[in-house]
Amino acid sequence: GFIFNNPNSGWEAKAVEFFKDHLKEKDAHTWVPSLNDVPLHYLKPNSLVKFRCLIQDMFDPEFYMGVYEAVDPSTKAKVLRCGKYKDVTECGVRSLPNTVTAERQTFYCVPIPGENPWVKEISSSCLARVVPSTSYAPTRQKRSYEEDDDMDDMDTQMQREPHTGMSCCLSPQSPTEQHGNGDCKRRETEAPSSQTAPASHLDLNFPLPGEKGPSCLVKVYEDWDGFKLNDTLEVFGILSVSPALSALADKKDASSSLLDPTECMETAEEQRVHSPPASLVPRLHVLYAKPLPHNNPLLPSATLEDNSAFLSSTLSEMASVRAELLTFLTPILLGDALAAEYLILHLISNVYSRRDVLPLGKFTLNLSGCPTVASYTERFYQIIQQLVPSSYYLGMSLQNMNQMRFVPKKDYSANRLVSGALQLARNTSLFLDETQLEQGQLDTAGVRNVTALGNLITWQKVDYDFNYHQMEFPCNINVLIASEGRSLLPSDCQIHLQSQITPPHMEEYLSSIHVHPQASQLNKFRMYLSVARLLNYSISDEVTKSVEDDFVDMRKDDPQSISAEDLHRMLVVARLLSLSLGQTSLSRDSWLRAKHIELLRRSRMEQHTCVNGNEP
Amino acid sequence: MSSPTSTPGGRKRGRNTNPSTPSSEGPTSPPSQRRRGQDSSTGDLMPMPTSPATDMLSPAAPQDNSLLSSPRPSVLPNEVDMSSPLMYGTPSSRVEGTPRSGVRGTPARQRPDLGSVRKAPQVDLQSDADGAVTSESNTGQRLVIWGTDVNVGTCKEKFQRFLQRFIDLTSTEDENAGLDLNEPLYMQKLEEISVVGDPVLNVNCLHVQSFDAELYRQLICYPQEVIPTFDMAVNELFFERFPDSILEFQIQVRPYNALKTRNMRNLNPEDIDQLITISGMVIRTSQLIPEMQEAFFQCQVCAFSTRVEVDRGRIAEPSVCRNCNTTHSLAIVHNRSVFSDKQMVKIQESPEDMPAGQTPHTTIVYAHNDLVDKVQPGDRINITGKISLHRDLNSSSNVPAGVYRAVPMRANPRQSNVKSVYKTHIDAIHFHKTDEKRLHGLDEDAEQKLFTEDRVQTLKELAAKPDVYERLSSALAPSIYEHEDIKKGILLQLFGGARKDFSQTGRGNFRADVNILLCGDPGTSKSQLLQYVYNLVPRGQYTSGKGSSAVGLTAYVMRDPETRQLVLQTGALVLSDNGICCIDEFDKMSDSTRSVLHEVMEQQTLSIAKAGIICQLNARTSVLAAANPIESQWNPKKTTIENIQLPHTLLSRFDLIFLMLDPQDEAYDRRLAHHLVSLYYQSEEQIEEEFLDMAVLRDYIAYARTYINPRLSEEASQALIEAYVDMRKIGSGRGMVSAYPRQLESLIRLAEAHAKVRFSEKVETIDVEEAKRLHREALKQSATDPRTGFVDISILTTGMSATARKRKEEVAQALKKLIQAKGKTPAMKYQQLLEDLRGQSENAITKELFDEALRALADEDYLTVTGKTVRLLA
Repeated sequence: GFIFNNPNSGWEAKAVEFFKDHLKEKDAHTWVPSLNDVPLHYLKPNSLVKFRCLIQDMFDPEFYMGVYEAVDPSTKAKVLRCGKYKDVTECGVRSLPNTVTAERQTFYCVPIPGENPWVKEISSSCLARVVPSTSYAPTRQKRSYEEDDDMDDMDTQMQREPHTGMSCCLSPQSPTEQHGNGDCKRRETEAPSSQTAPASHLDLNFPLPGEKGPSCLVKVYEDWDGFKLNDTLEVFGILSVSPALSALADKKDASSSLLDPTECMETAEEQRVHSPPASLVPRLHVLYAKPLPHNNPLLPSATLEDNSAFLSSTLSEMASVRAELLTFLTPILLGDALAAEYLILHLISNVYSRRDVLPLGKFTLNLSGCPTVASYTERFYQIIQQLVPSSYYLGMSLQNMNQMRFVPKKDYSANRLVSGALQLARNTSLFLDETQLEQGQLDTAGVRNVTALGNLITWQKVDYDFNYHQMEFPCNINVLIASEGRSLLPSDCQIHLQSQITPPHMEEYLSSIHVHPQASQLNKFRMYLSVARLLNYSISDEVTKSVEDDFVDMRKDDPQSISAEDLHRMLVVARLLSLSLGQTSLSRDSWLRAKHIELLRRSRMEQHTCVNGNEP
Repeated sequence: MSSPTSTPGGRKRGRNTNPSTPSSEGPTSPPSQRRRGQDSSTGDLMPMPTSPATDMLSPAAPQDNSLLSSPRPSVLPNEVDMSSPLMYGTPSSRVEGTPRSGVRGTPARQRPDLGSVRKAPQVDLQSDADGAVTSESNTGQRLVIWGTDVNVGTCKEKFQRFLQRFIDLTSTEDENAGLDLNEPLYMQKLEEISVVGDPVLNVNCLHVQSFDAELYRQLICYPQEVIPTFDMAVNELFFERFPDSILEFQIQVRPYNALKTRNMRNLNPEDIDQLITISGMVIRTSQLIPEMQEAFFQCQVCAFSTRVEVDRGRIAEPSVCRNCNTTHSLAIVHNRSVFSDKQMVKIQESPEDMPAGQTPHTTIVYAHNDLVDKVQPGDRINITGKISLHRDLNSSSNVPAGVYRAVPMRANPRQSNVKSVYKTHIDAIHFHKTDEKRLHGLDEDAEQKLFTEDRVQTLKELAAKPDVYERLSSALAPSIYEHEDIKKGILLQLFGGARKDFSQTGRGNFRADVNILLCGDPGTSKSQLLQYVYNLVPRGQYTSGKGSSAVGLTAYVMRDPETRQLVLQTGALVLSDNGICCIDEFDKMSDSTRSVLHEVMEQQTLSIAKAGIICQLNARTSVLAAANPIESQWNPKKTTIENIQLPHTLLSRFDLIFLMLDPQDEAYDRRLAHHLVSLYYQSEEQIEEEFLDMAVLRDYIAYARTYINPRLSEEASQALIEAYVDMRKIGSGRGMVSAYPRQLESLIRLAEAHAKVRFSEKVETIDVEEAKRLHREALKQSATDPRTGFVDISILTTGMSATARKRKEEVAQALKKLIQAKGKTPAMKYQQLLEDLRGQSENAITKELFDEALRALADEDYLTVTGKTVRLLA
């Protein structure tokens, strides 16, 4: 249907609106296959897919043919075609005068870095139930010759309400187009075999080493100013894996000398990065992109405010879940209940606002006194990994500090942002294992990395290296430092672990506690931690007054006992404590409790005033 | 289209996001032409004039329509031979019959900067529209270049008139230095060309605009057609005036400073083929690329030769030899073909232009001929050029007849689907380096930020408020509690004093920047204040004394790994020229690093002598430093110098030194607690409000720094003199000097900065009063002698209070007496001597005091100390 022969119908806006409405429905996430879970070669080209991802880099905007004129080979008639949501034009594009140039933006997206296995499992399992298996089975090789089936397949994807208006964009209608599509598909089924070859020389630029998963070139057609680097999104869009896209990259080595002088400006590297083989880095043309406030699949997809039933039932249970979690964590922290309590506070902390340069709500915890035997810190991290949706373990060995890339850096020859370990999504738990650090020389890169970690903790920002200048990107990362003594990095709160276990028995003890809890219990904890972080919080004038009074009184007794900085911390502790109990406003009791645990913690500190030069 | 632009200079993004919804003109109207039609009828450009001669074509769109509804080949009724290299593709000679005699002898040079020249013929609109034969008389008036509304003859005349008449009395461009501003500017430039022989005429587009808005509009919209016309015009004029001149090639016009100066981010499909000026930073330059302009073919059979011009990167290879009629006998001869230089330059958005949280965009620029190698990576430049569009590599599906050697075959010839993406680039016509002048120190206008009238109005209203000073200082770092005087000091630092030049009298530049040192207990939000300032000012740098070396602060020489070329890399101090350099943990800085600051903080220059490069860079930066006490807590019993252990030579270069201490009183505590609690739980709206404040504050400062340059009034001078005399008097009673000229200079700077805060062009008594108050306040904090309780400036200037100095002298004398009493002993034990002195003295003698006394005696050449032995000198 050449709908656009009828001008001003606004069909396009309507089509996009239709998709948005449908995708906002509650079960939308269940009937659209996900690039995260389904291998690329099982997905149908030009079908609707979704992708849970992080914007790793933003490429330059590109101009494309929004409308162009083509010749229909069968009728030899000139027809106008729409180039939106497509990478390739169809046969016989004619001269320029009849094209409309439009603009779109490309984002390079990677799966959320450090996403833990349980998140992947749960999100793929709830999907597998619903998605019709036909779109999975690689039986299409046979069917691809039966051209009519193309339409049917398309409709199973869009079965909710076939809308003719959008089909000129989404599903090919003219016979020639179908032919082209079939061609793509034939090659596409061969993709798995060829997938390994280009992978060897193409760096997919994942922030963390050892990550897997597809990366994707996401093409955005509207409001791209609203997206920011490192945003996490769920993108619904049309998958494009046309081999025409990668043809160039494959031929590159052989034919580079033949290039048009206007084309040799782009280095081979840049070509490789910006037009990678589609079998490896598919293109996704966005219909609708939803920013993700969290990536916990256990939570309902609607926001908490919209889901009051869920919210109220969860809130009422929070105190009991908290107690359960405390019991679960205490043995892991060698029987130290106070440390376990602080750990919970840390796990639900979140930068909820910024006042000029000051990030509010961050709660970097330095857990000192960690035993160095029996790989305690690694085991400890494994527990954390089971609880939070995304996390990363960073052993602060000299080698890592000197050699790893922490800060993303712009590579001008390939024209991309080379990622670093600190390019993380919001609310990722970064576990720094300082027990791995030994004596030795930090080189320039090492010093820079330590500075970057310090900036991250203090200001919750990372200064990306653009060679000629730096650019500041705010972040929201929960940093937990496990160390023997006080950490060399700054922290908001230090607690010294009081082990109930004597070192000789440590090995034995640790192997005995390392039992996996039941999945249902774990899921409860996971929900609890994510919900607590999303809650709103307020403080009444009354309580404000009593907090002020308390502060003044404490200062009166002993001015040295509490400084402005201590008050800062106590306010954060009080906030987190209230939220951990499911209370959305500060009560007098919670304030007193916060004061109490702070007092306990500080009294411990005094016993351990080991001076190592890291005191502020 | 969906939404025609109504705000000039506003973001035009998204206008074409709806490309497939054609406007009422109907889908058959060719889009590229439609764009042109729109541009002349909407947008911020001047409407077309409707002179009697052109009224037939004034509504551009319908005219285009009638023209283009017919298929392309038939549109070209007046096909002319355009192979002559002199034509620029614009058949001017046919229109006017211009006598070319003057131009003879000087070859024209192709202008690859205008891209593949559109070989557009002129069309006689009258005949085309009416189908009637036009009368002879008005033919010239009605001919326009196809697809535009440009009439070559009129355009040329207008430009010649502009060249001959334009006078700019207010010109401040250094390019025009030495020219008589009362004479036509460009005629003088032509004269210069005739003398110097560099056939390039740079034309400021703003001049064209102020002279003839219609001409300017055409220049912006159709640079490809208009600039060659300008070239013709200028050459005619030039060779008429200087018939004997011999130039290397004909003069080329290089327009710059197109008003449409925009951010790279705002480029959109509508800008294609228009003249634009954008700013950015060069990040990469390619090697020189020879680009063929004209191919030379020779017949293998009869040696007949022919030349073929390159059209859009393609060469139409003649298949038949015209001489001997052999087919496929012609071969290209490379070394007889004509090539031009070309270079790819990649530019990136300047960091200031970018929205937070996004990555900078890049754009490809082609430099041609003499613009090659004009810019280096790292340069900040303004580029004027034409933005062009070309299809992606494997998309060359519209193939004309002939060979296309330069275009590779499509990857898969059977495949008819191609990528639908275009590549864009800008053909540079003019480069202007914006940071070039930094080495020469003339860059008052380099940072010029454009303010809208509304904004200026808002700022001026704010400035008129009596409490503007308080308002601004409280808007500064609102998350930090109180410390009002410190904030006021920093505010004045942000505005800075007035720059004065005494180089005529041999004193060089007078420092206009205010330096501030904050010292105090750890955890008193010093770092936070520094971070805030760093985020507020556009040219701020933040560095920590702990991790930074002298190299990181100043400048260093680096070898570029690619080119093996030595490159001067500038460090924080040079980068913050005209800005603020925030140095945290100042006390932890190594001595060598600190020594660099001596020069920067007074002379405001940096000397570099490294790897054979000797130069002096400007570093007119204000320093905002923070230092922690040597002991973990501030010791109130010690002086500032003793607490932070910084050399007094450096301290005396700070205009204001503040202590950030934890005051211990109940009322303060209560307010602090309230502030912190509300900081944590303030509602979103309040936060929103504050962000607005920060933007206003930033603009306010930028405006004042650019436009306000206050001078001392008579009363203010008197007040300053009195203040200085008073300051000196205070100390004289106790035999101390309490003020030095440096303090007077500080006072002047502060008073000027305060006048800037008020947007006042005159420094008045109130400014001096505030400067005095702030200065006194800072001194009270930092220069109070803990032993006497008096403010003693010598603590900061000599590192010691006067009482301490007196005491040192006393001890030294006592020691001398003691040694003399011992009789003739050439050498003494250090420890023994100390104990003897202690035994004799009434006051406690600390070891430090004893050492100082020894040093004083050593200075007198009375004794020397070697290890643990004290020896008398003869």
